[in-house]
Amino acid sequence: MYIASARSGLSDMDGRKQGRVAGNVLALGAVSLVTDISSEMVTAVLPLYLVLGLGFSPLQFGVLDGLYSGVTAIVRVFGGTLADRWQRRKLVAGVGYGVSAAAKLGLIAAAGSATALGLVLAADRTGKGLRTAPRDALISLSSNPDTLGRAFGVHRAMDTVGAFLGPLAAFLLLWTVAGGYDTVFFVSFCFAVLGVVLLGLFVTDQRRPMPASSSAVSLRAAFGLLRDKDFRRICCWAVVLGLVTVGDAFVYLLLQKRLDIAPEYFAILPLGTAGVYLLLAVPMGRLADRFGRWRVFVAGHVSLLVAYVLLVGAADGVLLLVTSLAAHGIFYACTDGVLMAAAGPLLPAELKTSGMALLQTGQALAKLFSSVLFGAAWTLWGMGTAVTLALVALAAATLAVALFGRIAR
Amino acid sequence: MTKRILLALLTTLLLAGAAITYTVHAMGERPDRQQADASVLVDRSGAVRLDEPGRLVFRNTAPGPDHGKVASVSLADPTGPRRISGLSCDRFYVSAGAGLCLASAPGPLPSAVAVFVDKDLREVRRVELAGVPNRAKLSPDGTMASWTTFVTGDTYTQPGTFSTRTGIMDRAQDQLYSNIEGIPLFLGSERHHAEDINYWGVTFAQDNKHFYATVATGGRTHLVSGDYDTWDARALRENAECPSLSPDGKRLAFKKRVSTDGARPWREHVLDLATMTETPLAETRSVDDQAVWLDARTVAYSLPNERGGSDVWGAPADGSGAPRLLVPWGASPAST
Repeated sequence: MYIASARSGLSDMDGRKQGRVAGNVLALGAVSLVTDISSEMVTAVLPLYLVLGLGFSPLQFGVLDGLYSGVTAIVRVFGGTLADRWQRRKLVAGVGYGVSAAAKLGLIAAAGSATALGLVLAADRTGKGLRTAPRDALISLSSNPDTLGRAFGVHRAMDTVGAFLGPLAAFLLLWTVAGGYDTVFFVSFCFAVLGVVLLGLFVTDQRRPMPASSSAVSLRAAFGLLRDKDFRRICCWAVVLGLVTVGDAFVYLLLQKRLDIAPEYFAILPLGTAGVYLLLAVPMGRLADRFGRWRVFVAGHVSLLVAYVLLVGAADGVLLLVTSLAAHGIFYACTDGVLMAAAGPLLPAELKTSGMALLQTGQALAKLFSSVLFGAAWTLWGMGTAVTLALVALAAATLAVALFGRIAR
Repeated sequence: MTKRILLALLTTLLLAGAAITYTVHAMGERPDRQQADASVLVDRSGAVRLDEPGRLVFRNTAPGPDHGKVASVSLADPTGPRRISGLSCDRFYVSAGAGLCLASAPGPLPSAVAVFVDKDLREVRRVELAGVPNRAKLSPDGTMASWTTFVTGDTYTQPGTFSTRTGIMDRAQDQLYSNIEGIPLFLGSERHHAEDINYWGVTFAQDNKHFYATVATGGRTHLVSGDYDTWDARALRENAECPSLSPDGKRLAFKKRVSTDGARPWREHVLDLATMTETPLAETRSVDDQAVWLDARTVAYSLPNERGGSDVWGAPADGSGAPRLLVPWGASPAST
């Protein structure tokens, strides 16, 4: 239904006047939905495939997995700059989606070779790194700046639906075809191709005049964006908050320990977070448009703090389960898309992609670093101390950002 | 616009058709939908009984309707005709006339059941588990049961998180530990804390108190010796996975990672617990299994065969001789 309302750039303007979400955003949402089904299908079964299907050691799996995060971070900034320099955001995003789609077939072809698998997974991650920033820049350029929060909310909600359905589809297939990992990869490939087709057919590129000189859009110019006071502040605070946000696994682990949840239900906990995120992404986006995106972003971290406090003992039983998952979901609804909506208007159109890539990379590296730190603290001082440290650090950072983290615009 | 919508619908239909065709074809390849292989001899006259001595019990992996069922052959003539039961398991173990069957259970997320069966394979108790079945074992008198499942898809935002879940059940006290990850672990003299601790492959001693297992943490695997009564585990050495205690309790069969790259990097070894010396078995192919001891001198394990199934092999525990094919089209061996 919504996809049908996708239209050319001209009628997008009509959409803005009527206060509707731009067709381009809905189209990008649909692309993300099917692509997320595809990628989450693979994510869900990949460890099983490597260890049970191919007989890799779980330790080797850890090495392959570590390869992922590094690749994404580097490629993201590079892809963002290219998209800006050529003013071809749709093309760069499309290449990203295409590479990831091809990688799904590569998984089948690589069979038992560790080297080939490593390359295929790196290609898959490269595709993901390439597409994220141009996609968010397209959302930002296609939407009315006043309702950017809502636009990102709509996109992230659609994206989360895909993340919801992917693992279910994968395990259903694996149940139907015992040991049929190749079937999962092939069906995932079909979804990925559909994503590329939808992108090609319904997403309109937002091309701005070519930059006067190539030096106007370069890696250097991308980093030069940090000279803008507000954007620099957003980046710095996002990194600081990223550093004190420990991984989601920890939230579920604590919940399980506290409530003694039967193992067969443990895997359902993330669905609680995703469900809340899914329902609240749009309302929180609207709230952000009205009361300030930065405020909502900070409020999201307060919500995360609430979740941590509940987890370390402020609540128990069903109350703990419901409130902590709700607070965790609210954190996502208030931060993920909202941060992009907050940064979007601060970036000049010709450097939109580069700036977003920079911000996302900074945040991702900070989160990666924090999960390593948290793991080290756990090993050195035990779980109790590590959790207390994480809680104190988050409280301090949230307080600091609330007091000093004012963004003028 | 109409053209684009039509084009989108058409590609969707085409892709859905491709996906469905592939899936249906793959379903048709399922081993239990194949014609039974006539070369696999079946003894339809006898039932699988766990209290009958001298039998090798295993999971039948021959293509055909009986794929995945628990079966048995005579230990004296393992390549001879097999008796097949109606019980389907992914992993099976037998001790003192009782069995432990680990089987996948239907559901939107991978889940499994551990089913305890009596000598006639009748269910006496079941425990619901999360994850994909991987290992199952009983102590020599059948009192202590242990199993491992692989769990994935735990989180939606942390790609590729992956863990094992190992449970222990004390059948005498009817006490269940669904996840032993919390057991105090000592590496050297230091108490070790970490968020990445994973256990797998437990084997219990005759006294139902001492056990051995593999633990992975910080990118290394350790062989640990555990004590059920005092509830702690101590690392003995590195790189020894899926231990299996010999009948005399003095040796451990285990798989050692001998290659750092590529799939199937294992070599089966036997560790002398008194001297801590290891002996590689004559089997040079990669054994990815928790082996079993058929007697004091023979270790049995399964290996994938060239036709997409697996066979049960045996090798002398002292590293001499050569591996011998015991049961074609079999997996998860155990002896009565």
